[in-house]
Amino acid sequence: MNILLNGDPHSIKQNSTIKDLITNLQLDGKFAIELNQDIIPRSEYLKIELHSGDKIEIVQAIGGG
Amino acid sequence: MSSTDKFSIAGINFTSRLLVGTGKYKDFAETKNAIEASGAEIVTVAIRRVNIGQNKDEPNLLEVISPDKYTLLPNTAGCYDAETAVRTCKLARELLDGHDLVKLEVFGDEKTLYPDVQQTFAAAKQLVKDNFKVMVYTTDDPIMAKRFEEIGVAAVMPLAAPIGSGLGIRNPYNIRTIIENASVPIIVDAGVGTASDAAIAMELGCDGVLMNTAIAEAKNPVLMASAMKKAIEAGREAYLAGRMPRRAYASASSPLDGQFF
Repeated sequence: MNILLNGDPHSIKQNSTIKDLITNLQLDGKFAIELNQDIIPRSEYLKIELHSGDKIEIVQAIGGG
Repeated sequence: MSSTDKFSIAGINFTSRLLVGTGKYKDFAETKNAIEASGAEIVTVAIRRVNIGQNKDEPNLLEVISPDKYTLLPNTAGCYDAETAVRTCKLARELLDGHDLVKLEVFGDEKTLYPDVQQTFAAAKQLVKDNFKVMVYTTDDPIMAKRFEEIGVAAVMPLAAPIGSGLGIRNPYNIRTIIENASVPIIVDAGVGTASDAAIAMELGCDGVLMNTAIAEAKNPVLMASAMKKAIEAGREAYLAGRMPRRAYASASSPLDGQFF
């Protein structure tokens, strides 16, 4: 199924959780996630299942003034 | 520098009154070296999307500027309304494990990056209610500065001049009025260009100065960072020493008595 990940279409398996997504993306370091404009605490990553059309934003800290 | 002259923001004590940004550097090595030379303890960062698929071997800024060593100040740069600024702060707090000190900045237009004070105020109210410690970037309007203080921000940060302009303090009288009326720390933020600008800010009595471009766009950023560190200290000492009055005419430095001619 397709979700929108950081503004781009992304294909993932049906019934994937946020944790599955992170594992597939091989993300490390510090990041935070929004699902359909709601912040998802780290503790919920395993519990939240993704659905077709979901909008995910994954952000990090970068240089800025 | 007197060891008793510390200041605190949101209950945390700091020694350095120079706050720096991490943007516009050539690379992470330069970022790290410049920040070390500056002696800064509070360092701003921006919150942006991760690069999906490109992040395997790329170093992370936080590996170079560690939250264990520095007090990070996530900013809401690029936000043009209260809603996105509040979302940014919530993401930053989650990303930094509950760290809730933030720099709130909401711009009104791209050319001047001037604060949209109405949107900034709306965001500040929501953020304070949600227990954020808000350091708010705003105009040099003394009334607005007081209004922000009244709603419970941790610090008010009036601009010297537009972000990245290097014009120095455009209206020192407003900055001084803000300082005189304030019960929260006042940090001059944006528009500083060189060391003397920073010294002037401190001589007006502000609690600190935040800068990014002045260091990052200097021909020698590490050297400029060192200059800024000294300028902040010199300006602070001059302020505490209490300057001499300005005079319209001369006041001789050598006595008239005992002249042999």
